[in-house]
Amino acid sequence: MARFGMVIDTKKCVGCQDCVIACKTENDVPDGCSRDWIVTETNGKFPNLNMEIRTERCNHCDNPPCVSCCPTGASHVHDVGNVVLVTHEKCIGCKACHEACPYDARFVNPAGYADKCTFCIHRTEKGEETACQAVCPTHCIYFGDLDDPNSEVSILLNSRKNHKLIPEAGTKPRIFYLT
Amino acid sequence: MLEITTTRNNLFIDPTVTVWGWEIPIYLFLGGMVAGMMIIAGYFILKRRDKEENCSCHYLPWISIALLSLGMFALFLDLSHKLYVWRLYTTFQITSPMSWGAWILLLVYPALIANVLISPPKFLTDKVPFAKTLSGKIKEHPFLIKNIGVMNMVFGGMLGIYTGVLLSTLGARPLWNTSILWVLFVVSGLSTAAAFVHMIARDKYERELLAKADNGFLIMELVVLIMMIVGLLTSTQAHIDAAYLILNGPYAATFWVFVVLMGIVIPLIIQLLAVNHKIKHTPIAPILVIVGGLILRFVIVQAGQYSHWFNVHFK
Repeated sequence: MARFGMVIDTKKCVGCQDCVIACKTENDVPDGCSRDWIVTETNGKFPNLNMEIRTERCNHCDNPPCVSCCPTGASHVHDVGNVVLVTHEKCIGCKACHEACPYDARFVNPAGYADKCTFCIHRTEKGEETACQAVCPTHCIYFGDLDDPNSEVSILLNSRKNHKLIPEAGTKPRIFYLT
Repeated sequence: MLEITTTRNNLFIDPTVTVWGWEIPIYLFLGGMVAGMMIIAGYFILKRRDKEENCSCHYLPWISIALLSLGMFALFLDLSHKLYVWRLYTTFQITSPMSWGAWILLLVYPALIANVLISPPKFLTDKVPFAKTLSGKIKEHPFLIKNIGVMNMVFGGMLGIYTGVLLSTLGARPLWNTSILWVLFVVSGLSTAAAFVHMIARDKYERELLAKADNGFLIMELVVLIMMIVGLLTSTQAHIDAAYLILNGPYAATFWVFVVLMGIVIPLIIQLLAVNHKIKHTPIAPILVIVGGLILRFVIVQAGQYSHWFNVHFK
């Protein structure tokens, strides 16, 4: 079974927000809400500064606390790609999953249910790219099966230095940032 | 320097998570206090104090039902997908303390109703005469009465424990992520319940007993609070930062003044003097304990949401 993951090349990302707009358009994300976003992190002491620009979203963790805390089973791991999804009709809007996520990746959809990135499952289960990946002008977003040693994402992770976000939270995130 | 900017601005998520408002602390407080009241009422019944006309176990069960229902209504108000609330009872999710809680509440209500039926209040027997018949049948079996007492103590304990476990399993919020939190909530629930019963009890023996018990609970609460803070301060940077939120951060004034000083230390001094017959019992100490217990839940819930693993990176 595939285990979908994402690799983002921070050396290529320019923070143009095309991915943010593409996601909102593709997934009909309500105004004022974002399933993905841009983070700019500046480190160091002037003039020796180091900047990392990255696009962030739900990390579709291997050990997802949002799934284990859900009282109704609305938050679940999907059969295809082990993607973490929310069944809207099962969600009661208790917001435990928001509190459980160390990345604050979820938000309350104005319709009431918990909402977040789906890795564009309606596209990726057909073998298509995610919307954010499809529009990225610098091609900094890579998507694929982390369990396949020959996939582009596996090859990149084996050949380039990379980091995850808040690995100390123990959620085993599946989004990796090339540095 | 380390500067982080983000384009995300999701409602109730940014800049800090505030998805749980006043409803959750109110529910946790009322749930904890009802848990304590069930344990106290259960203990009195186990000791067969229900034979005493003035025993508080005659009216604690229906007060508990009213307070718990109020708390559950607050919880319902917090839901953002209210029409789907029934989904809670279509499944049991073993890894979700909220799912345990939903099912524990289904055990708590029958236990409380059984307790009400031991000596049903007049307003109930007037409207439902069958309650009096049922009460008569229960009274014919002392063994059954004792079991109802035990059932109330056990399910009350489960209710109190779950309110703490609910928060402590949410590892993304370092302030909550301490396994001693349930002990704090159970002890606080017992102290607020003892204070409440002390305030409304008609029997002098019960008032005296509960004032003494409350002193014990308050001392335990203080010890557990200290242990919780020691645990956080000796853990990861995220947990240390979380502890400082209540020690000298934005929630410190509320925590020290309303929770520690007015909610524990001052009522403890007043009640120690009262049980040693230096001063008379007044409702001041119990009211301070109850308000302190309520504010404790608010501080823990709000500061917990403020605490974050990301704060580590801002250092």
